[in-house]
This record gives sequence, structure tokens and C-alpha cells, in this order.
Amino acid sequence: MSEFPGATGLVLNEPLVWEKSRAGRSAFSPPRRDVEETPLDERLLGMQPDLPELYELDVVRHYTRLSQWNFGVDSGMYPLGSCTMKYNPKINEKLATLPGLAAAHPLLPDSLAQGALRILYELERFLAEITGLEAVSLQPAAGAHGELTGMLLLDAWHKSRGSKRTKILVPDTAHGTNPASAALCGYRPVPVASSARGVLSVEAVAAAMDAETAGVMVTNPNTLGLFEENIRSIADIVHQKGGLVYCDGANLNAVMGIVDMAAAGVDVLHVNLHKTFSTPHGGGGPGAGPVCVKKPLEPFLPVPRVVRENGRYRLSDAFPLSVGKVHAFLGNFGVLVRAYAYILSMGARGLERASRLAVLNANYVKEKLKAVLHLPHDRPCMHECVFSERTLKERGVTTLDLAKRLMDYGFHPPTVYFPLVVHGAIMIEPTETESKETLDLFVEAVKAIVEEAAKDPERLKKAPGRTRVGRLDEAAAARNPRLAG
Amino acid sequence: MRYLPHTPEDVAAMLEAVGARDLEDLFSAIPADCRRSRPMNLPEPLTEWELADHLGRLAADMGAPGTRLKSYLGAGSYEHFIPQVVTNLAARSEFLTSYTPYQPEVSQGTLQAIYEFQTLVCRLLGMEVANASVYDGASALAEAALMAVRVTRRRKIALSRLVHPLYRRVVRTYLGPSDVELIELPYQENGRTDLTALEGIEDLAAVAVQSPNFFGCIEELEAASALAHDRQALLVACFTEPIAFGLLRSPGSQGADIACGEGQSLGIPQSFGGPGLGLFATRMQYVRAMPGRLVGRAEDSQGRKGFVLTLATREQHIRREKATSNICTNHNLCALAASVYLAAVGGPGLRELARLNRDKAEYLKRALEARGFRVPFSAPTFNEFVVEAPEGFEGTYERLVAKGIVPGLKLGPYYPELPRNLLLCVTETKSRQDLDELAEEMAP
Repeated sequence: MSEFPGATGLVLNEPLVWEKSRAGRSAFSPPRRDVEETPLDERLLGMQPDLPELYELDVVRHYTRLSQWNFGVDSGMYPLGSCTMKYNPKINEKLATLPGLAAAHPLLPDSLAQGALRILYELERFLAEITGLEAVSLQPAAGAHGELTGMLLLDAWHKSRGSKRTKILVPDTAHGTNPASAALCGYRPVPVASSARGVLSVEAVAAAMDAETAGVMVTNPNTLGLFEENIRSIADIVHQKGGLVYCDGANLNAVMGIVDMAAAGVDVLHVNLHKTFSTPHGGGGPGAGPVCVKKPLEPFLPVPRVVRENGRYRLSDAFPLSVGKVHAFLGNFGVLVRAYAYILSMGARGLERASRLAVLNANYVKEKLKAVLHLPHDRPCMHECVFSERTLKERGVTTLDLAKRLMDYGFHPPTVYFPLVVHGAIMIEPTETESKETLDLFVEAVKAIVEEAAKDPERLKKAPGRTRVGRLDEAAAARNPRLAG
Repeated sequence: MRYLPHTPEDVAAMLEAVGARDLEDLFSAIPADCRRSRPMNLPEPLTEWELADHLGRLAADMGAPGTRLKSYLGAGSYEHFIPQVVTNLAARSEFLTSYTPYQPEVSQGTLQAIYEFQTLVCRLLGMEVANASVYDGASALAEAALMAVRVTRRRKIALSRLVHPLYRRVVRTYLGPSDVELIELPYQENGRTDLTALEGIEDLAAVAVQSPNFFGCIEELEAASALAHDRQALLVACFTEPIAFGLLRSPGSQGADIACGEGQSLGIPQSFGGPGLGLFATRMQYVRAMPGRLVGRAEDSQGRKGFVLTLATREQHIRREKATSNICTNHNLCALAASVYLAAVGGPGLRELARLNRDKAEYLKRALEARGFRVPFSAPTFNEFVVEAPEGFEGTYERLVAKGIVPGLKLGPYYPELPRNLLLCVTETKSRQDLDELAEEMAP
């Protein structure tokens, strides 16, 4: 048996930050007072905030210890399906914090912000080129924010044509954000069942699409890791009925340089820079969810937009049909810089190779594991593969047990119980930045666990055993929420 | 490519294992009519060194050539000193490269950090429960408006004209497709919101005011909350500058039902406007109507203490279209930076820092008054204030900008009735000498 990364090491305890507080300590170098104190009306004066008092080393040890209780891409393989946990290049972290960029105020006069405006302008052009769509807004701060922006664009486009639509088609494989974003925009999501092949059928869309429906929201490649092969015909039907095609580009990592989203019939697409374009997830954000559109939708994009004239860049609000603003300023600029740097590092061939290798890695894991886990859709997949719980159930354990036991072997678990259409789904997305040796080790770990399940299912049910804490009682936590100390 | 591990031998062995002839074989499911007709046209890839050089040049193309940029802009983005520990600790790669802590056993670091963040935010704002953060101050306010509509089942929001104009535009965008009506409250001569305009408004879900407001003036939140509560509406207390609560009364202590706003000042670089940190806090009675992620305490089977994401039945991945929000993110790394910042600065440190911000701003205010600038609003201010420039200042403004000095934000584009007014911000980063020099430069 190979040596797995999972080990029991020295784990340091750490109290809550305020439990370390001692009155009179400080980790702050107080700025010099070179002006007189001014009086303030007593009625406006508040109490001094109750914040902990620590010296610098206390602060450093506290957060260093907390960080050691976390597993990140830098710790090991993180095959979380639909999240594209690829390597986050170190150089991009440094570039995003260059003082000229990190200290820039968002309302600087355009003449003093040429460098930053050029980054925005060029990144828009790069994303347009990569997706095949024509115009881009970088303002949305996350994927779900991009979805909301996309829904607002659909709504504005329909209204501009004198049509008010109330529904939107959402496949049963969609991320939860899709129906939630549509609902926020006043649309009633109409679920469409995917076919036995795990994709949308032309017939299902034709049956559901009508003149009250704004369009379809389709994730492509979808959350089963399959390309929606009927997308062009589906788009034709939606367009014939006066609707638009919104594509959730969360899984763009599979198809860069291969698919032309415009040719596929997509009108509006959001991409997740924190997935496909390597910006770090940061434990849940910040990300960025730019929206790319075909030319007829461009007038509706959020403002301000970056305009280039005579080699100079400026921000313009002069787009009267715009849906307005979705972010106070220009979006998550610090994230955009990292994605811009990534694209410049990779180039066209590098991005296309990343997609091809991401797909190769997923297919490799799929082929290696289908002997021990049930694979509902046994055909070439895109960037991820989805297994069901069936073979685990036969051994008396669950998908959750497998996920927790994988931690003991030193791997982050895959996405579990999603998509909802696969019973006890195990959704594995290795990404292109994992090597064959790492994939082999991961496969070996899964196989070992499936064997353990046959011999000693209790061991799985008690897993994880090597982490700082065992399985936590989430039901009790929700019944009696303790949300602040 | 240094990020890609595959050797030609690896690729060959893996293709054989999957039974494919070449990489193209794996894409056979993609029909011809969805494919690109030509390769992507992007710049040739840069080496690490060329990339650093290129970005270095772009970063240098900020400000005026050969000068150090001096900005007196505030208006929702603030220049504050960031202790080095904040930068270093928030950049630790176990925090940086992890995902949302859905698997708590391997995410206790992020989870405890968020729990501490929620607690520190509650203490700063005087509220009972804070979420793990939303995108920015503007989306926090938009989410607050939507939450007030859910809680009260009413359809009108009264929004002060002294709430950040760009936040109001975001709120309009979010509420655009709904039938919720936004009513703007005018301002009084003293630079505070005119609450008498609430008279006679029925079906009111919330009154939303910002303090310190966009003119820098400190609002009377207690009066606003009394008026809102008289109408069974919620008081939404928005803010753009949380350092103010080191000195001023917290929103919670003045009756706010929802306190929300921007947390960028707490150790987060301005970064051309993002990522920021949307702070969002409320009363415990409304917790189940709250948007966004929440972390709570939990125990494992051996009684060991830990933390989990909780009350997830409010959220989109469980509730889908019936969720309290579509948000799936928190600005976690920014929340972490804010926690480290608050722990490093501490209560007494924040108090002195807030005083210093106010005192330096007062110093510049007096210096400009002495040079013929009028202070049009009499209400007390924190670290921002409005002045009306003397006739002919337009040329001076442009001359200063050309030298890389930004003497505040022109209010005309946001408030057409104030064409000659500027909003200036002074924080601890400006020395008395800077302020003296600015006043001289601005003098007619």
C-alpha cells in the first residue's frame, strides 16, 4: 500500500481570540497625533468598543494556529466538483497587491487611473475572446451576482421589446443559485427534467418554452460533467419563442479554446474567475463573476463601462438602457487583476491545454473508479465525473462516510449529494493542476475505503479520526444557534 | 507551463487507461456547431518575469507621472494604515486556497475565524447577530431592503438622499424587477436627513439612513428609529466608515434593526473599489430572515468543541428559489482581514484611531474655512466633510489633479444642487504638514 498524505501530527489548541485578551496590551502602532483634540457633543459619543487587547505575537499565533486547522489546495488534492479547485499561482497574489493598484481609490479621476482602467479594458477583451461573446461587464462580485446581473439583462431586454415575461426554464441539474437568482429578479423558475442521458432534451425544452418564458438558464458543461449536446437546437427553440439563452459558465474550465458560446446559441454567460481563472477561493470568497453577452444585449450591461479613445481609457455612464449598477464601484478589482495575470501567463495555447488536461484528469479518475463506484452515465465526461451511492449502500455505508474517511487519507472530499438528480452523488473534479501520481494515490485511497466498507463499515461511520474534531452535530447546532460569543 | 504537471508519458498512459486515441477523442460529445472555428486570439504567454514587469508598469501608470498620489477622496473607500500582521496572516495559504467550509472537520480554521468575526462585528455595531459578510456595502444595503420587505410584508422603503448615491443606485437595481417602491427622503439645511418627510407614508417596510452620512454628517439615529418603529417599520442603519464606531454611538445602541455597510476600512486595501466587505447585522428575532452564511458553535460525539455552517435552510443550496438571498459567497478573506485588524488594533486603539481621524478632519475643515471655503452643513462630522469652494476653484481643482493631488470628490454629478461643493476625507494617514500644504494649494 502506498504512503498516503493523511497523518496524525501535532495539533495545537487555540482559544477564542477574546479569551487571550489582557487589558493594556496592543498590537497596534498608533499613528502620531500631530493635531489637537476637538470636542464632540456628548450625545454622539459612544462606548469604547469591546474588542480584544493582544500584543503582536498573540495575534500572529492565534491566526497561524487557526490556519493550520484548514485544508486548502496548497495542502493537498481538493477534488471538489463544480468548484474547480485548481492551483492559485503565487505571483498573482503579489501582483494584485502592487501598491499602485492596491491603494487606488475607485473614484480617482480617469487621468490618474490609466493603469487600472487598462487592466479592466483588456480583461473584458480577453474574456470576450475566450467565450466567443462580444461584450463583458466585470462588475458582478461572484457567480451568483453574475447570475442576478444576467437575469436583470434578460428582464431589461424583454421590457425594451415591450414584452413582460414571468417564467424561466431551469434544468433539474442546476446549482441552487440559479433558481434563487431568477426568483430575485421576479421570475418563476420552471424545472425541466434532464433526459436519461443526463442532458436537456430538445423535446423537454420545446414542451416547456412559451411566450411567457424569458428563456432558459443552462449550465454547460452541466453539473453531471456532461456537455449539453443539444444546446444549439435548444437555443433555436428558445429564440423562436422570443426567449434568450443564459448559460451558467461555472464549468468553463472544460471547454476553453474548444467551444464558441455564441455559436452554441448562448446570449448571456457568466464566468467564475475564482474557478476557471485560478483566483483563490479564500475560504468562500471574494470571487468575481463577470457577465459576457452578445452584441444586442450590450446596451443593457451595468455602468460605468470602460471606454478606450485615442489610446486613453475612461469610465462612461452614458448607456441609457443599462440595468444600472450591481456593485458600488467597479467590481472585485483585486480578483480581476489575478485573473488578468493568469490569462497573460497561460496564453491561448496554455488555456486550451488546461481545459484538455482537466478533461483528461476527470476521465482518468472516472475510468479508474468505475470498477468500485457506480457510474450512472458511463461515457466520456468533461471536467468532472459523478458517481452514485449505490455500491456504498450495498456495503452499509453512505456517501458521507466515504467523504469523511477520505480526510483521514489526506484528501479533501469531493462534492457530495449534488447534483440532486444522482442519488448520494459523489462529484469529483480533479482539475488540470493535479499530477498523475496524485490522481493514482487518490484512486487508491477511494478503493481502499470501499474495501474497508466491506470489512469494517463502523470505521467509516466513525471517520474522520485524524482531524482536529470529529463529525460535528449540525442538527443540534441549528436547533440551538450560538452565533456569537 | 509550470502549473501543468503532465509529461508526454503521463498523457499517453492516461489516454490508454481511458481508451482514447488522443485528447480530442475526449471531446467527441461536443457537436461541430458549438465549436470554435479558429483558435483564441490572446497575447503570447508571458514568463513570470515579463508578467511582473508588465503589471509593474501598469501599477506605476496610476497618478500623475513622477509624483506621489495624494488623495483626499473618501466617499465609501478609505485610506487607512494596515498593520503588517493583517496582510501576512490573511495571506496564509491554508486560508487563501480553501473553499467554503462545507466540510467542517477540515475547515475549523476558517469556521472559528468567521465565528470570531461575527462576534467582533456584533460588538462593534452593538447588534445581536452578524452574518459571515456579503459582497460590499451597497449589496449589504440592498439585501437589508429585501429582508425588511420579507420581515414586514410591506412594499415601501424610505431611503435617505444622504445614503451613498452609488449604494442607492445598487438598491434600485436590486429592487428594479420587484413592486417595492423606493421613496427618497430629502435632507435638511444642517446636512442631516429630513425625517419629517416620513409623515403620511403608509405600508412602510423600512427607513434607511446612513451615519456618518454621505456628507460626513452624523445622523440622529435614535430619532430615526423611533419614527420608524412608530410606523412598525424597521430602521436600517447603513454606514461606509466603520472606524467611526470607535468613537460614535453604535447603530444597535440607537435602536437599529439592521446595521449594514462597508467594512473596507478594517484592514482591507482600497484596491480600486473591490473586493470590499459587506457587513450585515441584525436582531436575533430576525435571524431566520437574514441573508448570507452563518457559523455557529457545535460539538462532536466526544464533546469536543467546534464550529459549523448553520441555519442553512435559509440558503440557496437548500431552499433554491425560496431562499432568503441568492448569495453563495461571503467575502471570507476580507472578513478574516477585518478580524485580524480588530484584534490587532483593540478597543483602546480603535478609540484613539477614530479620534485622530475626526481631529485631523476638523483641522483641515478649519484650515479651509480660514481660506474662504464655506462649510455649508452645521451638523457634526467624523472624517469627511463638505465645503463649498469659492468662485473660480474649478481651475485649481484641475491644476491639483494634474499634479497628482485629488482635493476631494466633486458633489455636482451626484447632487446637481451642489455644483461648487466638494466632499473631503482625512484619515490618520495624512500628517498635519500634508493638511497645511493642501490648504495652501487649494487657497484662492
